[in-house]
Amino acid sequence: MSWITKTLSSSIGKKLIMGITGLFLCSFLIVHCGLNALIFANDHGELFNAGAEFMAHNIFIRTMEIVLFLGILLHIYQALMLTLQNKKARPVGYAVTNGNANSKWYSRSMGLLGTLLLIFLIIHLRHFWFVSRLTDEITSGQETLFGEMKEVFESPLWVVLYVLGNVSLAYHLMHGFQSGFQTLGLNHRKYTPIIQSIGFGFSIVIPFVFALMPLAIFFKFIQ
Amino acid sequence: MNLTLKVWRQKNGNAKGELKTYPVKDISPDMSFLEMFDVLNEELITKGDEPVAFDHDCREGICGMCSMYINGRPHGPLQGVTTCQLHMRSFKDGDTIVVEPWRAAAFPVIKDLTVDRTAFDRIIASGGYVSVNTGNAKDANNILIGKEEADEAFSAAACIGCGACVAACKNASAMLFVSAKVSQLALLPQGQVEAKTRVEKMVAQMDAEGFGSCTNTGACHAECPKEISLEHIARLNREYLGAKLSSNNVSI
Repeated sequence: MSWITKTLSSSIGKKLIMGITGLFLCSFLIVHCGLNALIFANDHGELFNAGAEFMAHNIFIRTMEIVLFLGILLHIYQALMLTLQNKKARPVGYAVTNGNANSKWYSRSMGLLGTLLLIFLIIHLRHFWFVSRLTDEITSGQETLFGEMKEVFESPLWVVLYVLGNVSLAYHLMHGFQSGFQTLGLNHRKYTPIIQSIGFGFSIVIPFVFALMPLAIFFKFIQ
Repeated sequence: MNLTLKVWRQKNGNAKGELKTYPVKDISPDMSFLEMFDVLNEELITKGDEPVAFDHDCREGICGMCSMYINGRPHGPLQGVTTCQLHMRSFKDGDTIVVEPWRAAAFPVIKDLTVDRTAFDRIIASGGYVSVNTGNAKDANNILIGKEEADEAFSAAACIGCGACVAACKNASAMLFVSAKVSQLALLPQGQVEAKTRVEKMVAQMDAEGFGSCTNTGACHAECPKEISLEHIARLNREYLGAKLSSNNVSI
């Protein structure tokens, strides 16, 4: 093994990959949330459709879409490898544990929250990405992405599922955001409290705005 | 005080263990947790039973030998305290207390509540030597170290290597221990010469011993009897990644 593969396959190296891909996915959330928030213009989706149109044809965005998928896959793969390894590190468990005495439940449940997010992501991709990228429904003009949104969020089942998906996202981010910086070794007495505050705000605001979208459409606040 | 103890009994590393229930009576609230175990063992010996094996040495919170996982927490319910410094007044009359050994693949059970923590020794040994030309006492003070650096290094050196961090971590990760051992030298000028190779070797040994990885839950710090800071883990990450990028070692 070369020094590079040795570094990346060490426990700290694997965590480095988790941290970098995780923070990269956070940056994607900002773009995704910002663009989707265009529906709140409440102009029958005109602005939002224009935004979606731009994203669909901009070469930089399309390239980043591939990087994004690679980022997600790497994050999932590495999480799986780390989880298996961590399970092996404690083959015999305790009869009694009191985790709440020393840590937050969501910091100990990143794998579970991540799995819920993955299930949500598959459904979400099937709803929107599949339709806009792999069919010609939108390019042929018979449907807009906003129209697709209104159609999906007619169903209370999907609305509830999207809200729950965002609750998982909120808790995943609440630990993940600041944990990513710690893993990269970016810890400082001045900046770590700031990072933690930003991380907390980020983990509330982004999922909240996302969750508002299906709710606003279901309750017809947005036409 | 009258208590019910549920204690992990295991004949040896290969035997199957189980929790056994022992009632203990007339325990003084002023006894330490280990003294309460001494009372139990006296009783067991009188009855002709095998006493419970547990690690202990100084019984004043500085050696790092005691290692009991008490009611789901290493070293019991108090913060910043080792099992030997935990007193029975922290419990209520009639309590049921479950006592288990540290659980980690890298800390195999030897017998009952004693585990083999030599993995920690091997990690320290892998770090190698430190080049210090001390000379006489005056020369040792020729290298001036700022108070802040000295204090920070000392806060890392306070680690007694008990393994509570590993026991508390849901991944059985030894990152807090290794980060303390790396930090105490990385922060001082005397530790600079071998700093890169040291951190690379110690992390490689930590991984080879089969400890899990750090997911930054902070459980280790919360349960550490010496309250070693998570800042040391960030420093370890920094030192390790920096060393990997810039050291001349291609084969570690």
